[in-house]
Amino acid sequence: MITTDGSRAGQREPAGPELYSGSEVIARSAIMAGCRFFAGYPMSPFTELLESFSKLMTGPGRVCVDAESEIEGANMVIGAAATGARAATGSCGQGIALMQEAIAESALNQTPIVVFNMARGQQDYFQATRGGGWGDYRTITLAPKDVFEAGEHTQLLFHLADKYRAPVLLYGDHFIAHTEVSIRLEAREFGPLHPKDWALDGALGGTGRSRQIWTWNSGKVLSPGPGPDEHWRRIGAKFEAIAAAEQRWESAHEGADTMIVSFGTAAVFVERVVAELRAEGHSVGWFRPITLWPFPAAALERAAAGASRVLVFEVNAGQMVEDVRLALPDRSRIASIGGVSFDDSGLRYGTLMDVPEIRARVVGALSRERIR
Amino acid sequence: MTAEPYRGTVTIASERCKGCELCVVACPPRVLSMSDDVNEAGYRYPLLAPGCIGCSLCHAVCPDFVFDVYRFPLPAE
Amino acid sequence: MTTTQGPGLSGARQVAQARPNLLQTTEHHFCAGCGEPIAMRLILEVIDELDLAQRTIAVVGHGCYGGFVRQIDVDVLQCLHGRAPSCATGIKRMRPDSVVFTLQGDGDMVNEGLQEVLHTAARGERVTCVLLNNGVFGDTGGHLTAATVLGQRTKTSLAGREAAEHGYPIPVADLVASLRGTAYVARAAVHNGPAIVTAKRVLRRAFEHQLNGDGFTLVEILTMCPTGWFVSPSSGGTYSETTLAGAYPLGELTTAPKPAEGGTDAAAG
Repeated sequence: MITTDGSRAGQREPAGPELYSGSEVIARSAIMAGCRFFAGYPMSPFTELLESFSKLMTGPGRVCVDAESEIEGANMVIGAAATGARAATGSCGQGIALMQEAIAESALNQTPIVVFNMARGQQDYFQATRGGGWGDYRTITLAPKDVFEAGEHTQLLFHLADKYRAPVLLYGDHFIAHTEVSIRLEAREFGPLHPKDWALDGALGGTGRSRQIWTWNSGKVLSPGPGPDEHWRRIGAKFEAIAAAEQRWESAHEGADTMIVSFGTAAVFVERVVAELRAEGHSVGWFRPITLWPFPAAALERAAAGASRVLVFEVNAGQMVEDVRLALPDRSRIASIGGVSFDDSGLRYGTLMDVPEIRARVVGALSRERIR
Repeated sequence: MTAEPYRGTVTIASERCKGCELCVVACPPRVLSMSDDVNEAGYRYPLLAPGCIGCSLCHAVCPDFVFDVYRFPLPAE
Repeated sequence: MTTTQGPGLSGARQVAQARPNLLQTTEHHFCAGCGEPIAMRLILEVIDELDLAQRTIAVVGHGCYGGFVRQIDVDVLQCLHGRAPSCATGIKRMRPDSVVFTLQGDGDMVNEGLQEVLHTAARGERVTCVLLNNGVFGDTGGHLTAATVLGQRTKTSLAGREAAEHGYPIPVADLVASLRGTAYVARAAVHNGPAIVTAKRVLRRAFEHQLNGDGFTLVEILTMCPTGWFVSPSSGGTYSETTLAGAYPLGELTTAPKPAEGGTDAAAG
């Protein structure tokens, strides 16, 4: 049964699944995961997520701030997270660009923040996985394929942020934000976490053991920290450990002659195209990274080991294909079959995100001479 | 100068001083003056002459936490 | 070597203590004659005297004063340049019983962080922002800020700030005082004894307004920067009194908390 809160008080308790948009699923999942602070600035198609949080973050200890800018919202979230609260923000593309400094800061001062990119398309892959902030940091990035996964990923992200004391990102899009599904939301358990003894509460003031949160981590005179050199080495090592432990992916028909790699919403379309082509006798399979970072390189290599073609479908000018090239020793097999595609508003996927279009591109690739 | 009953005195942590002389400027009875020799950091530091009134203005204006200030009760007339 | 000159200390009572209780060490690397350690001492003394140390969280920007994050004995969040009021907002909203203050220079608050402080004030966040204003970016070596006063020489205005070329300084305390979310704003200085006494008093009032839940509070403290001002340490006080305080008059810019305003701004009727 959905955990309703005061916002639904007085209404009949739902007897079964509810019809919710992805935006509302994400907000409700975040609150189920214990998120107590949200700050955001409206921007299509993220705006409905802000509206959902604004409507639902009621009751004692829960706060939603209409941040006056993305930069301010992201820094409010760092402050909230510094006190030990689960805190989140979000935006899309250009707004996430404004938050890059804060995301890097969160990575280097180890304040766990959750960031929702409800993207206009798939062209924020580099932004999410490479990051535009300073320093040796990475951002755990989950790319759900639909509203159901978005809800699951949301709860998981709060756990991962706390587990690793790092910023984490959900790569959603306008389909996920605006599609309504019938869903039964349930709180999930992820196992115990280390207590937040680093969180600021003022309690140790005047004792000589007062706390400090700082990207330099030099500590106090009476309780020194490791300092920037050692601290940044540890951060680097932490992200290496995360890379080894947190890769997630999904694939089907490994060993097929042609493997198609795609992420997020695009993967739903690719899965459909593969089903159609397989029914016609083609040897095709698909691979979907769920974590864009850490990219599941070894899993892709295994899945594509028997393939003579690795086709990368993404709705952008070619971003994830670079990670595919890094993952596969034989790059001559790789071909990009995606491309830029927007509608006239510039805010939504264009005609390429459609089964017949994708199928045509795959068929075109299948018919070309093999380069081996 | 005739020795007068002190109304106040200070302790001067001369090793902390950076020779800014703001205490000399601030002292109302003008009983602070800078030394000729220097501390380990190479700065001249204040010396106290008789006549301190314990007003603690030196403590107030000092950026370097040099002064502890004390007062004595005035003797009965 | 600590020297005691004149009579010994027997029979004396201490009236001023060199090291504040909430300062972990007196050693610091601020320039001779810098006003920032003086301001910092006053803040720590007020927190101590109001017995707030175990509820206080300091939110520190970027500047020379950043050197204090290692030696003030309260919980500290070191923030990005200009963002301290936003971080303070997040902290206070999650821990409303804590006492939250920011420590920012004019470069941090009036340049990089102007919108942060204005929005935080407009929202009436119950935090106290402390502005250490010396009219320069001290930490980078003494450069023009949005608060540098006309005629002031800096490394990027060597002939003195000129309106035609550099524009006019921004009196952020006046801007903040004009906002309805602001409960208390005062401008003080540490350039002589009387000013320092007043500075401590207005700091205390600001914290008391925060404890009372009255709204946003700001204390601007003019601090000497003889290095940035190209003057000798001993004449920094005079420069502050004449040049800086001439452009930024001292005093309380708002005093009473605004009466509680419910309802809308829409015209009645």
